[in-house]
Amino acid sequence: MNWLWSNLDRVGELVVVHLALSVPAIILSFVLSVPLGWIAHRHRWSRGILLSIVGLLYAIPSLALFIALPAATGLSLRSPVNLVIALTLYGIAVLVRTATDAFDAVERDIRQSATAIGYSAAGRFWGVELPLAGPVLLSGLRVVIVSTVSLATVGAVIGVQSLGSLFTDGFQRGIQVEIITGIVATILLALLLDWIAVLLGRLLMPWTRTSRLRRAAPVEVAVGAEGS
Amino acid sequence: MNLFADAFAWLADPANWSGAGSIPQRLGEHLWVSAVVLVIAAVIALPVGAWVGHTGRGREPAVMLSGGLRALPTLGVLTLFGTWLGIGLQAPVIALVILAIPPLLAGAYAGFESVDRRTIDAARAMGMRELQIVGKVELPLGLPIVVGGIRSATLQIIATATLAAYIADEGLGRFIFSGLKTRDYAEMLGGSILVILLALVVDGLFALAQRLVVPAGVRATRARELRSGPARSRAAVGQPITEGNQQ
Repeated sequence: MNWLWSNLDRVGELVVVHLALSVPAIILSFVLSVPLGWIAHRHRWSRGILLSIVGLLYAIPSLALFIALPAATGLSLRSPVNLVIALTLYGIAVLVRTATDAFDAVERDIRQSATAIGYSAAGRFWGVELPLAGPVLLSGLRVVIVSTVSLATVGAVIGVQSLGSLFTDGFQRGIQVEIITGIVATILLALLLDWIAVLLGRLLMPWTRTSRLRRAAPVEVAVGAEGS
Repeated sequence: MNLFADAFAWLADPANWSGAGSIPQRLGEHLWVSAVVLVIAAVIALPVGAWVGHTGRGREPAVMLSGGLRALPTLGVLTLFGTWLGIGLQAPVIALVILAIPPLLAGAYAGFESVDRRTIDAARAMGMRELQIVGKVELPLGLPIVVGGIRSATLQIIATATLAAYIADEGLGRFIFSGLKTRDYAEMLGGSILVILLALVVDGLFALAQRLVVPAGVRATRARELRSGPARSRAAVGQPITEGNQQ
């Protein structure tokens, strides 16, 4: 435990660095996935292509992607930007499928009613379809939050600082407390971001406040996505 | 693209295809470790998942366990077991088993749970015993989802076995870490390409298996449902309401 008290500053620093890696990746993947999921939902031709691409992306091991990506982008292997791009790609791999399912789940009758009472195509998207897809999108986002925060640690082996540096450093120097601190900090950070996402969801979608959020546990959505 | 050319030159170099630490040897290790881990994890997780899905008991702990374990950073678990158990295959195998359990467990209980309760009641009413219901009704109907769980567990194992080369002398990940140490990008990239190919091939095989295990009866019903109406409306604008023709 002594290690922890004398290195508290270092852990705090790494928490900030870790947030700087994972939060942009989480936000970017969400912002990119919603329109992609919408396109896959709307156009039959794009659905097969998009969903196969994200399926393949999902299968690629993270370490291999971290190494291979700089060869395509020209970035340095140790660049944090490289890691953020890779994490964003993994987020997209999960969220595009969820977003497609979320928009598919909006009933046809509801869409037709919205059109009938005078919604334009854009108005219908922002006013009807997006809010109704919201709870499913949120559950997908929660899966992405947990997996991104955890995956970001892998970057430590290629030299990108994060909470994962506690694992590599602790392993090389044989300090178990350091590794355990890293594991606990990573999990706490994931829980914190997850909690913020749930809170934002409640603020933006007050109608789900009753029981929906409880039911949309991340794991169930993940299984649903893989099962199909 | 120069970098990729170097990597392919590394891959094509005959020196990397024979002797100790060659590509075939590392691939063999990778497959062997992955298979051993998958079997151990499946023996633990699948029966528990099937029991949870069948009885509905212990669902909450199972969901929490499989969700909570997902948040575990793989590198942290690997290095922790590495410092406990030392260099060797023991540490990565145990760590990999722990990390493979959540998707297997989730797939198994989701698969067994997905079976329509009315179907199970019908089977029971026909006089089937509990074990028969599990083996002859729930297992075949839930199998595509169970195989889906095995699929994501296997991908997770292959990915983590790559990372496990950080703590043990094992698998295709060795090329990545030895390349990192000597700053030999061609070797790193070559190793990464091999890992990516392996993952994609395995994923493809599982996608095929997932299709093949759908029972013939289920497939026939599904085809009929698809034919009976468009899955979604073409365009809601200007379409007359045609009641009775909707479904």
